[in-house]
Amino acid sequence: MNSTQRHEEVVTGPEERAGRTVVLGTETPLTLDSGTELGPFTIAYETYGQLNDEKSNVILVCHALTGDQFVTGINPVTGRDGWWPLMVGPGLPFDTDRYFVVCANVLGGCMGTTGPRSDDPKTGRPYGLSFPVITIKDMVRAQAMLLDHLGIDKIFCVSGGSMGGMQALQWTVTYPERVHAAIPIGSAAHHTAQNIALHEVGRLAIMGDTDWHGGDYLSHNAIPRAGLSVARMAAHISYLSEAAMHRKFGRQLQDRETLSYGFGADFQVESYLRHQGEVFVERFDANSYLYLTRAMDYFDLIAEYRGVLADAFQGSPTRFCIISFTGDWLFPTSENRTIVHALNAAAANVSFVEIESDKGHDAFLLDEPEMFETIRGFLRGAAEHWSGTTQ
Amino acid sequence: MSSGPTSDPGSNIRVDLLLIADMIDTGSRVLDVGCGNGALLHHLARTKNVDGRGIELSQAGVNACVAQGLSVVQGDADTDLVNYPTASFDYAVLSQTLQQVRRPGDVLAELLRIGRRAVISIPNFGHWSVRWQLAVTGRMPVTKALTQQWHDTPNSHFCTIKDFIELCAALSIRIERHISADRLGNRMNFVGDGPFANLLSEQGVFLLSRPGTG
Repeated sequence: MNSTQRHEEVVTGPEERAGRTVVLGTETPLTLDSGTELGPFTIAYETYGQLNDEKSNVILVCHALTGDQFVTGINPVTGRDGWWPLMVGPGLPFDTDRYFVVCANVLGGCMGTTGPRSDDPKTGRPYGLSFPVITIKDMVRAQAMLLDHLGIDKIFCVSGGSMGGMQALQWTVTYPERVHAAIPIGSAAHHTAQNIALHEVGRLAIMGDTDWHGGDYLSHNAIPRAGLSVARMAAHISYLSEAAMHRKFGRQLQDRETLSYGFGADFQVESYLRHQGEVFVERFDANSYLYLTRAMDYFDLIAEYRGVLADAFQGSPTRFCIISFTGDWLFPTSENRTIVHALNAAAANVSFVEIESDKGHDAFLLDEPEMFETIRGFLRGAAEHWSGTTQ
Repeated sequence: MSSGPTSDPGSNIRVDLLLIADMIDTGSRVLDVGCGNGALLHHLARTKNVDGRGIELSQAGVNACVAQGLSVVQGDADTDLVNYPTASFDYAVLSQTLQQVRRPGDVLAELLRIGRRAVISIPNFGHWSVRWQLAVTGRMPVTKALTQQWHDTPNSHFCTIKDFIELCAALSIRIERHISADRLGNRMNFVGDGPFANLLSEQGVFLLSRPGTG
């Protein structure tokens, strides 16, 4: 979409991204952590449920690395279900009969929000690698501008898993007075060396693809399919667990009775991963993948507070509910517990639940009844202490 | 973490928890260490307008608490109290759990660092029935209050009321109140807190503070 348009609009063209968008930063640009000024820029977002008169029933959902604003219902771009259909909807934990759920595509994304695939207003051509590096805090600042635009001052609850959990945490640190409750799920206060290492494999797969053209593939009418696909395959492994993979695939062969003694996709798990890679390429921009993985790698609340994470939460008025999963080796319980300890040290109001699940990091997206129960209860408790203004 | 009969939070709260609740002032900040299913926290929030937090070892207990809207974290009294700032609570509560921790003295000291006061309840290994069983049968006692076999119990540091009072003295902890109770937590007023408490009470409930504080 054209990022220089300065009015709210609904885009429905088949080539462009469907959904709501708003152009922000027209008068005052957003100053990014890198020092670069960005503006005007477009934010694509979706809302679910009704905003009440007091504007006090807002749940801000932050999506993960490859998620988008289409939380539930059919994603008009992919034609598939949204990514959190079990969490958001009438009667569900984020009950849209009661709450007004907002989700925006992150800055640097590729579902309508300004990112490396968008046209640079200065050149009229896609940014590519000239797009500034984005941080988690930049994403959160842009979301705050969106809420300002919507006339929403305070959020009842902010939540998200993985990179979405990082944003939820960042919200409580950057705008503590605007956040009554926060539910970061399967997240961390910083990306670990292992997390960064896995991302680097993905990035190098993309950048090593000759179709990447130094990031300028759009001008060459190309897409680094192989690279992006391998990046997705590697990442996808990290979202599962050994147990989940074994249960689903074992060593079963794909469409064959015996080994081929070659390098085709003999095994079901290979076939599955290749499929995941191919599907991903159709819906995700390779440069966006570079930028968003970088944003996660750079996230380090602990370093930002000179090694004392508790200082990030001193005097926090927010009620926290930290959730981790036993089978998540990418954002393990230990990383989540680090956040809990810091919150305790800051005498913040915190609940912490570790959910028994062997489904890996992706568990937060799946049917985990205990997680739903926890969130329902936590929101009930948070609502009892909520008058529409944070303490 | 806590042992003994469970109950629906709030409705049929265990009598021994009511005894603890009686020692806590209205409107105070309470950390319940080993909060089980959250019955005490729920009761305190409902009846005494207490701002309560909990730590619980068992994941099932934590999840039950959070699902009720209580602020509870999964954690271990032996290792996780160190994260809490000094004097951040009016009361730190440890109900029927001291005998289960690895280092009771350290935990006690931590509770009185975090809370201005501590409320502790302990089963009494000096109760006459325990002494009788050990003396007569020569085997580890199993009583109505201590129901599990030695190899099957989470209790690793049994003490008597006398032992506990001595530990408090050694740690310069002041005992503000001491209530003798039977195993269900019914007050045993006739026992008092004197020498007979160690023989006749099945549990002791103590309100503790540091001299010069509280």
